[in-house]
Amino acid sequence: MRIDGALIAYLEDLSCLTLSEEEKTRLTGDLEKILGNMARLDGLDTENIPERSHPFDHVNAFREDEVRPSLDRALILKNAPGSGGEMFAAPKTVQ
Amino acid sequence: MTWETVIGLEVHAELSTKSKIFCGCSGEFGGEPNSRVCPVCAGFPGALPKLNRAVVEYAARVGLALGCTVAPRCKFDRKNYFYPDLPKAYQVSQLYLPICQGGRLEIEADGQKKSIGIREIHMEEDAGKLVHDADGTFMDFNRCGVPLIEIVTLPDFRSGGEVMAFLERLREILLYLGVCDCKMQEGSLRVDVNLSVCRPGEGLGVRTEMKNLNSFKAAGRAVEYERRRQIELLESGGAVVQETRRWDDDAGESFGMRSKENAQDYRYFPEPDLLPVELDEARLAGIRQSLPELAHQKRARYRRDYALSEAEAAVLTGHKRISDLFESVARLSGEPAEAARLITGEIMRLMNLTDTQPENLSVDAGKLSALVAFVSSGKINRGAYKETAEAVFLRGVDPETYIAEKGLLMLTDGGAVAEAVKAAVEDNPDAARDYLAGKDKAFGFLVGQAMKKLGGNGSPDMVREHLRKCLTNTPNR
Repeated sequence: MRIDGALIAYLEDLSCLTLSEEEKTRLTGDLEKILGNMARLDGLDTENIPERSHPFDHVNAFREDEVRPSLDRALILKNAPGSGGEMFAAPKTVQ
Repeated sequence: MTWETVIGLEVHAELSTKSKIFCGCSGEFGGEPNSRVCPVCAGFPGALPKLNRAVVEYAARVGLALGCTVAPRCKFDRKNYFYPDLPKAYQVSQLYLPICQGGRLEIEADGQKKSIGIREIHMEEDAGKLVHDADGTFMDFNRCGVPLIEIVTLPDFRSGGEVMAFLERLREILLYLGVCDCKMQEGSLRVDVNLSVCRPGEGLGVRTEMKNLNSFKAAGRAVEYERRRQIELLESGGAVVQETRRWDDDAGESFGMRSKENAQDYRYFPEPDLLPVELDEARLAGIRQSLPELAHQKRARYRRDYALSEAEAAVLTGHKRISDLFESVARLSGEPAEAARLITGEIMRLMNLTDTQPENLSVDAGKLSALVAFVSSGKINRGAYKETAEAVFLRGVDPETYIAEKGLLMLTDGGAVAEAVKAAVEDNPDAARDYLAGKDKAFGFLVGQAMKKLGGNGSPDMVREHLRKCLTNTPNR
């Protein structure tokens, strides 16, 4: 896959990041290498191998529908980058 | 030239499980902000989700009730997006292998029966609540991780009426299944409308998605508004932009929110923290067997077994609380027809009068069945019946005590009735003469006079019978 400026700009946008020119050049090289390595998998014969979404064969790891105590609010909020009263706080997301 | 409207719905229903989908925090509505939050639903690094068994069963129940195929194997995917309503920066949902696919729901709208296709039902987690003010955006994560099912229909709707009829039927089913309380005002049932217009025979037009539909009526109004807006736009040479719009029911119009992201922008990928879910035939058979009788099945049974009219059966099954009440009163009194009359008549009238929603109905079935027994045995008349029903409904009185204290028992003492009739005729010789001269109206007047003398508690049939006898024996006939 060709990594061009447009794709880098798209990825910047998707990941909410702003990259310097130097970072963009480095990322272009890195991504080409990563995708090049991944492309080696295309050479494998997967004709009779069922698609799977998880490395383990286990299924149905359930918990029963029981309420357990939540964490203390002060503790939960302690780790937040921002809080206001009982709420988590973030920069304003709407105008 | 005419336009055709094409509508599809996405309905989000919060499941009424006790705990959240991936952790043990309470899933109940409300609570102090951030009081139902733990490392899993707050997205702490390293905290691992574990799937609530009841969520899978509830989703499968809905699928079976809507005639879907329940997938023998399904799995979860991550939907990535940056918005602080989910602290993980992704929502765990199901894109590639949803739990249910391909169902149908029969509706009746504008006098026509129609079948609406269900594309799929998937399980996912709800997001938190955001509050915006001048200082910033504030988050309450209590709702994060509350289990949701999203029911996606095929674009089979052509009018707001069809949308409303579908939503009514769906709500009925969800309530009967006991999987969702369907309180739109609390957000436990949310509807998004996808709508486009096109010329008949031409390809589909550009669609918009409308959110914030807080009632079924609002959904109907929003559909009509959006249909008109798109047609006017196209007819004036403009183009519809694919976007999400917010419906403002008070203003009666919608506003553009954001242009719709492409599906791939969410960078879906399989959720590595959760194992796939498998439902074998035995398990599914168990769930199928546990399905309760649904509203349309009840309607058929009421008509067949109790000989109720279609209208009565429809009112009684309109909400599970109403049908539960009816069945209790019918069983306790052994008088299903009279129980149906009481609930579709007086109780519905009193509910309207007091603006009582079915889910808040708390009238006692035992007391209503006692009232039914009084009326069906002819011990009280219509007026006393209405008065007692009102006292039971509003104040929870015991009908037997109330009827005794108020002296509402019908006088069935033949002597007293004969006395009252005789007095009424003697006091009103003109009316008696008029009747004998062929004026039928005078008969009703005399019944009224006799009833008055009996304090309103005479049996009307008995009074009429005595009056007829008395007048026949009057000499100048």
